[in-house]
Amino acid sequence: MSAQTETHAPSLPAPPDAHAGESAPRIVPVRRTGRWAAAVLVLLLLAGALVSVVRNDAFQWDVVGAYLTTDSVLRGLGLTLWLTGLVMVLGFALGTLLAVLRLSGNRVLQAVSWGYIWLFRSTPILVQLLFWFNIGALYPQILGISTVNLLGPVTVAVIGLTLHEAAYAAEVVRGGILSVERGQLEAAQSLGLGPWRRLRRIVLPQAMRSIVPPAGNMLIGTLKGTSIVSIIAVQDLLYSVQLVYHRTYEVIPLLLVATLWYVAVTSLLSLGQYYVERHYARGTAGTR
Amino acid sequence: MSAPTEEATGAPAMVEIRSVHKSFGAVEVLRGIDLSVRAGEVTVVLGPSGSGKSTLLRTVNHLEKVDQGWISVDGTLVGYRRSGNKLYELREREVLRQRTRIGFVFQNFNLFPHLTVLENIIEAPVAALGRPRKDAVASAERLLARVGLADKAGSYPKQLSGGQQQRVAIARALALEPKLLLFDEPTSALDPELVGEVLDVIKDLAHAGTTMIVVTHEIGFAREVADTVVFMDEGRIVEQGPPADVLDRPAQERTRAFLSKVL
Repeated sequence: MSAQTETHAPSLPAPPDAHAGESAPRIVPVRRTGRWAAAVLVLLLLAGALVSVVRNDAFQWDVVGAYLTTDSVLRGLGLTLWLTGLVMVLGFALGTLLAVLRLSGNRVLQAVSWGYIWLFRSTPILVQLLFWFNIGALYPQILGISTVNLLGPVTVAVIGLTLHEAAYAAEVVRGGILSVERGQLEAAQSLGLGPWRRLRRIVLPQAMRSIVPPAGNMLIGTLKGTSIVSIIAVQDLLYSVQLVYHRTYEVIPLLLVATLWYVAVTSLLSLGQYYVERHYARGTAGTR
Repeated sequence: MSAPTEEATGAPAMVEIRSVHKSFGAVEVLRGIDLSVRAGEVTVVLGPSGSGKSTLLRTVNHLEKVDQGWISVDGTLVGYRRSGNKLYELREREVLRQRTRIGFVFQNFNLFPHLTVLENIIEAPVAALGRPRKDAVASAERLLARVGLADKAGSYPKQLSGGQQQRVAIARALALEPKLLLFDEPTSALDPELVGEVLDVIKDLAHAGTTMIVVTHEIGFAREVADTVVFMDEGRIVEQGPPADVLDRPAQERTRAFLSKVL
């Protein structure tokens, strides 16, 4: 049987200068000398920089090690983490609401959403925080309670960062919703699904594929961005190390302590983003 | 304008379309459409691109609102409530309830890509009709068997061929047990060798007595399955009648010109 199939197999045309009876010619890739040279050069430069960092005593790595896991630094890290989490959750909840308003058929609601986003994206977050911190000058009392007592620095930090975050989150969510094909909404309407069900079950899960990458960006940005609350004396990671170096003048090693923690946490978040993206990619071509 | 009535010819009209007009901006897409579809009959709508046939189909389940005229399905006005000589637009909730009785199959399938085939089919019975999940799953499995895809319940739409996706979309529309099925060019997005399997499913439904309006370019399908063929051009119905008349002995020059190009 095999002999028979062989006679029916199409014969490949021989390469122009091949001789009958020779085995298939071996393929030799191009030599990339420049590529190797560039790699070696860059690695040498990196090694040099690393050696200088390790051997320069002014970095005071022993001090870095001593403060890396002290209570006050860990408490600051804890505050940075929960502040980031809370601001992301509240910011995206408000942002989703703003996005839905912006995409609604109601012109007034559209305008309100647009105005909100315009206002909160047009002013620096530093200015917004200082504004909320001094809101007592405008409204000394809220609901009969003294504003200063009602809004402590941490509350001001949550409010200020959330309102700012929501403006950006709104645009991220709106972009995600717009990325969902119009036919999906029509199919859901023709099946009699109500507006809330359409949004939650059909549109948002598909929008998530476009929302997650920029949201991951925002999460990492927010984690680092919360360091701005140190100016209103909220004891986050940065403010905790500042408190130490104002006492000991070991500025560089303590900034390194904060840096190492920021890098560690953002690395974990980047890893998490990979898995979240994979989850929302289900059902798209090329997966499963 | 008369209220929905029973046709004198016998079987009650499942769909009545009366002097329907629709414009998009300055373009008048439907210029006074009158059409009746009797229960259990298959109406095939033919016509060149831009003739308004898809728009007409979309007005029947109120995906497009009409500017003038009215449409009734199974004796109920679609999208409006009549009081005296006025038509009051219904609230979305009421329109959605009406749509559960009218199945719609799209040219591009519009399956939900993030849900499995089974989840696609049970979504509306569970969420819109409030049926118990277990019952919905059981009837979804029966429907999948009916369209020849019993083994694909756990697949995602993108893992299926175009023809299989369209058969799932038909099963999804059937899951609501609609009184009327609307097909908007159901085979136009398919590779030629996949058209047959979808048309076979639609033929089966026709033989089972499902009332359907099918917008298509498949003349052979129209000839074989249609009780009535409607030819549309420039927002008007040019002629309508049994396929043997409209397709083989067209009365209008415009119909002849169209058929000579597509046959």
